[in-house]
Amino acid sequence: MSVLREAFKALRLTVVLWLLTVVLYTLPLLAVGQGLFPAQANGSLLRNEGGQVIGSTLIGQPFASNRYVWSRPSAVDYSTGKAAPTSAPSNLGPTNPDLAKRIKDTAATYAQAGLAKPAADLLYASGSGLDPHISPEAARQQIPRLAAARGLPPARLEPLIRRHTQGRFLGCIGESGVNVLTLNNALDQIKP
Amino acid sequence: MTTLQPPIFPRMPRGRRDQRRYTERPRSDGLLGRAVVQSFVKLDPRLTARNPVMFVVWCGTLVTLAATLEPRLFELSPEAPGRGFNALLSLILLATLLFANFAEALAEGRGKAQADALRRTQASTQARRLLPDGSEALVDSSALRRGDQVRVSQGEMIPADGEVVDGVAAVDESAITGESAPVLKEAGSDGASSVTGGTRVVSDKLLIRITADPGKGFIDRMIALVEGAERSKTPNEIALTVLLAVLTQVFLIAVATLPPVAAYINSPTPVVVLVALLVALIPTTIGGLLSAIGIAGMDRVAQFNVIATSGRAVEACGDITTLVLDKTGTITLGNRLAEEFLPVGGHSERELATTAHAASWFDTTPEGKSIVRLAEKLDAVTALPMDTATGLEFSARTRLSGTDLADGNELRKGAVEAIKGFVRSRGGTVPADLDAAYERVSRLGGTPLAVCWNAEIFGVIHLKDIIKPGMRERFDQLRRMGIRSVMLTGDNAITAGVIAREAGVDDFIAEATPEDKIAVIQAEQRLGRLVAMTGDGTNDAPALAQANVGVAMNSGTQAAKEAANMVDLDSDPTKLIDIVTIGKQLLITRGALTTFSIANDVAKYFAILPALFGKAGLAPLNLMGLASPQSAILSAMVFNALIIPALVPLALKGVAFRPSTADQLLRRNLLVYGLGGLVVPFIGIKLIDLAVSALRLV
Amino acid sequence: MTDWFQVVVFVALVWATAPVLGLHLFQVFDAQPQPRLDRWLIPVENGVLRFIGERGRPAEQTWDYLRPLLFSNLFFGLVALAFLLAQPPWLNPQGLPPMRWDTALHTAISFLTNTDQQHYTPEQSLSDLSQLGALQFLFFTSAATGLAVGFAFIRGLCGRPLGNFNTDLIRAITRVLIPLSFVFALVLLVNGAPMTLAGPVMLRTLEGADQILVRGPVAGYEAIKQIGENGGGFFGANSAHPFENPNPFTNLLAMVAMFAIPAATIDAFGRFLGNRRQATLLLLLVTVLFLALAAVAIKAEQGGNPLLTAWLSGPNLEGKEVRFGAGITALFATITTGSMTGAVNGAMDSLLPLGGLVPLFNLFLQVIFGGQGTGVAYLLVFLILTVFLTGLMVGRTPELFGRKVEKGEIVWSSLILLIHPLFVLVPAAITLADAPTLSGISNPGSHGISQVVYEYASASANNGSGFEGLGDGTLWWNLSTILSLLGGRYLPIAALLLLAAGFARKPKVPPGPGTLATDTGLFTVVTGVVILILGALTFFPVLALGPIAEAFSLTGAP
Repeated sequence: MSVLREAFKALRLTVVLWLLTVVLYTLPLLAVGQGLFPAQANGSLLRNEGGQVIGSTLIGQPFASNRYVWSRPSAVDYSTGKAAPTSAPSNLGPTNPDLAKRIKDTAATYAQAGLAKPAADLLYASGSGLDPHISPEAARQQIPRLAAARGLPPARLEPLIRRHTQGRFLGCIGESGVNVLTLNNALDQIKP
Repeated sequence: MTTLQPPIFPRMPRGRRDQRRYTERPRSDGLLGRAVVQSFVKLDPRLTARNPVMFVVWCGTLVTLAATLEPRLFELSPEAPGRGFNALLSLILLATLLFANFAEALAEGRGKAQADALRRTQASTQARRLLPDGSEALVDSSALRRGDQVRVSQGEMIPADGEVVDGVAAVDESAITGESAPVLKEAGSDGASSVTGGTRVVSDKLLIRITADPGKGFIDRMIALVEGAERSKTPNEIALTVLLAVLTQVFLIAVATLPPVAAYINSPTPVVVLVALLVALIPTTIGGLLSAIGIAGMDRVAQFNVIATSGRAVEACGDITTLVLDKTGTITLGNRLAEEFLPVGGHSERELATTAHAASWFDTTPEGKSIVRLAEKLDAVTALPMDTATGLEFSARTRLSGTDLADGNELRKGAVEAIKGFVRSRGGTVPADLDAAYERVSRLGGTPLAVCWNAEIFGVIHLKDIIKPGMRERFDQLRRMGIRSVMLTGDNAITAGVIAREAGVDDFIAEATPEDKIAVIQAEQRLGRLVAMTGDGTNDAPALAQANVGVAMNSGTQAAKEAANMVDLDSDPTKLIDIVTIGKQLLITRGALTTFSIANDVAKYFAILPALFGKAGLAPLNLMGLASPQSAILSAMVFNALIIPALVPLALKGVAFRPSTADQLLRRNLLVYGLGGLVVPFIGIKLIDLAVSALRLV
Repeated sequence: MTDWFQVVVFVALVWATAPVLGLHLFQVFDAQPQPRLDRWLIPVENGVLRFIGERGRPAEQTWDYLRPLLFSNLFFGLVALAFLLAQPPWLNPQGLPPMRWDTALHTAISFLTNTDQQHYTPEQSLSDLSQLGALQFLFFTSAATGLAVGFAFIRGLCGRPLGNFNTDLIRAITRVLIPLSFVFALVLLVNGAPMTLAGPVMLRTLEGADQILVRGPVAGYEAIKQIGENGGGFFGANSAHPFENPNPFTNLLAMVAMFAIPAATIDAFGRFLGNRRQATLLLLLVTVLFLALAAVAIKAEQGGNPLLTAWLSGPNLEGKEVRFGAGITALFATITTGSMTGAVNGAMDSLLPLGGLVPLFNLFLQVIFGGQGTGVAYLLVFLILTVFLTGLMVGRTPELFGRKVEKGEIVWSSLILLIHPLFVLVPAAITLADAPTLSGISNPGSHGISQVVYEYASASANNGSGFEGLGDGTLWWNLSTILSLLGGRYLPIAALLLLAAGFARKPKVPPGPGTLATDTGLFTVVTGVVILILGALTFFPVLALGPIAEAFSLTGAP
């Protein structure tokens, strides 16, 4: 009897709390998001002139062409291709020979592209597999290749990189990073 | 651990008290030999299983012994330790067990010696039991039951604890108290009516009602306690055993789960080495010494000539926060003496002295006798017809005594308030200068007794109290230990205040009746305090039972002794303070050795793990630079074994205790046993390793 | 250098919020008149209590508190399980199928126990309805359950009755978790965390590849995920995912959010006890231990991987986001494992050996701020054990807060000591005994040991983070970790409540000069040493075979 009563009590509690924490908590947030901050609430999407979504300013994309700044290695190839959507790091341990092999291979790719000693973040895979940033140093290292491929003077690229660099919060929190997608998009806009 | 200043609380009984020992010093010859034999007897698994920590060692020894007989029993790898190593390890583990057993056996042996000494006082005797028809039957003393009545005549031994029903006799109690002068025993009076088994009647004869079944007397209980045979674990010991058992299980799991983990990285884990690791990690030091510490604690109490009825009571002593003490006999020398007569209301000193002489005629207390003596010194002998008068005995309720003359005249002396009441009830008036005399005496710390003849107050007798020497220091010590002292006295508030101040007690209850005692204890206990008290009278019995630790004087009544959980054979109320010290020492020793034992594990890890997993790349953890894996393991195990006998003296003697605040004690003991426990094994293992490799044992 | 500065900023923020939030928690869980800020909620709460038929009587027995806890948790779990097993078409823009039964069971229990171990890829497994209706629901209820237990334990230790579970649970949600999460969610939203039910975006990248961006009601989910010390990611990459943790600012807030409630609970404990000095010392103790561990992790990650010096130099950035950097990711890892949150903003598996040792050690200790409500409880359990060990050394039966520590306290405290060895070492040994079939280890050598031990430690400590290279989506992993999840949650809860109820019934002894004071620097240091020794002694062998052996293999013999 008391077990039944207790169970019934718990059941009603479950229903009330579900409404409270799922419906009552979420709806106002959805309303505020869609009403006041639609850009952020919908994923900070980046569109081209045609209104077509070409990415999200928060999510990185893979780049292989010499005309673009290359982004960091991704264990999930930036959730592109036929595979289902995902996000993940490589999860390779520090002593795993596969890690050294991958770093060696990536370094070789950069060497072929004329960059002998790329910045570490260009060789290390990111935590999300979607990292939108590379370090400012990594971006600057790619200037010669870009300049050559796009026929742009390196001096024009420097300020562009600076403009697409997200600084540290209050100048001291976190690390600054260059947003690869918006930078490349800007590059496309300079000389389509 | 050297003491810079002589401890004010002697750890062992010493001095005056020591000379009064009632037992010959327990015989210690052959003690070690018997302990060695016992160490082997105790290898019986049924005995070892009672101690979870040592039982694990016992099982581990079996494993290593098996591996000694057949090294390939548990592992096939060619790198498994050879027979020689296994044999050495088995020996060390066996030694660990034996050392732990030895510690316990030694403590028990000392207890047994103590018990034998106690038992000798209880030699079986013949008793003359009174049958219902009035005749006597000769029975063995062990056949006596509670409630039986026995007759004991001159030269006979009193067969068991009991109470005098009839008769007056001198009893030689030297076997119990060490006091050579015979004591007068008679029916009805507090203290003097209780007799103890094993004492001898030296004159006249007594009819005694037996109050304890055979084997249930105090001495029997104490024998059982010090022998450790029927020692039930104290609450704190149980809690500690639980913790040690859980730690043992934790390490058992930690070690038992190692082989598959190590096998994953192809690192072999020889079973014998795992056994060594397990034994090193489980708290064998405290596990092996725990019961020895408890038995030794009881033994120390017995050495103080105190009979404790349970280990719990001794442990509770350490927790005492309030000490309730009678003023008389504890703080002041038992007998107050009449010092002077202060006449009031226009009476002369001589009138007062004569009246006091008459009022004290029947008073046999030392106080009464001293009044008579003082009056006689002043030549103030009463001329009243005392042969037809009757005496009125003092009672704690009326707080007065006196003499009733045959013609109806009433002479009274007693507490000033009580006499005032008496006089008013007889229609008299209180002289104006009485209060001045009363205050004068009180301010001197004396006890004023008013004297009256019918409704007329003649004056005040000054009874002088003498505070025992050294009391102030003792109470200062107690205060530092966090123990509050409360003095109970029948004196008025002014007198009590003066004496309390002089003696240095924290609080006092003046004009206390016996009922107040229990009220004071209850009030303290309501505040969450643990109270200890001493008492001797029958009317102390409820308070002794109520107190967390009640110490009855051996000179007290049987009722008081029954109610108390300790009996002091020397009837020295200040001994409570020493018992508190023993209780504290007991707990400190347990805590210190536990801390030491657990802290030791750190060094043992750094000895054994790199040895065990050198192949897995953990060789750099060999911080001590031990010569070889095998010598590292052996050294750690040898240290683990040797530390037990090394600490046996400490376990038996108890950690040195100096009365000081909790913070100071913690700081000191942490430094010695905590930090020491971390550092000592590093040094010890390294030294043993040097020796092992020098001897080329492995 | 800037990494250390950020550590200081972080600690300063935690210390600044602790008294404010601590006062609030004290007011919420104390029966005192409620503050004005919350008064409007009283009719709501009373309405809920009336609706469920709860009269709010304080528990007289342990069971009175434990029974509603177990019943409600059972139903919470069943509701979540139903959502995961059904995964209906509503709010299911990708049309995802139901979860496999064992994964669903593991997920429900993992979130129910405030652990949030995830043996699935969220983007490919869960509809928005499941994320909200199952997981977000459990975020709130599991955190509130923890808080309720924590404060019931605190009450008991301070000599009060345990309280009423349903009242505590509801108040924890209405007055603590929802308000804090709502504000945090708004901040996240403004900074870029999505809040939409519109489903994923398919797009063509600049280079013409097809990319699928999964979106959802992330901001609200993320806020309670951090504040409730839950940690189960909306996305597979968890807090490394830019939608969950868009920038360094949100990262800082996410870190503070993880420590905010446990730190405030310690502060509130001081208010309950009427001895704030005691609470401050405990907070200082865990802060110092935390700083020491964080320093080890940060230093290790900053040092970089010596095996890779042929190609690169500098800090170890494998599995880390550029916007956070190596040092802050190591800091995050220390916080998330210290606080039993389990959210990660980088790959734990790719941390250097010492960087990985720190989180593992945190999981073993469980008190470096610790879990929601349970953190302070475990800390106090260590205090009890310390009092017992050292208290004897002052010659008295050990006392804590004026009550004697005796057999009962030791039995329940040491039961808690046994939980981890039982539910971490035993299953880890079984798994490693048949590693090829069971373990799913993805990294060779000693690192594999760390992966397996970490998974069970994370489950038993109700943390949820993992060395995620581990192939843990198997029947064995799901079922075996369920045991650790349940054992690591409900057995300690029962032990804590039993301990607290028994303790509260004891007579109070007034302190005197003979009493061992626990609110002193000396005693606090001793407590720290006991925590380290008891924690380290038990797990030193596996730590040695896992991360320590790996560290030696990385650097060669020092």
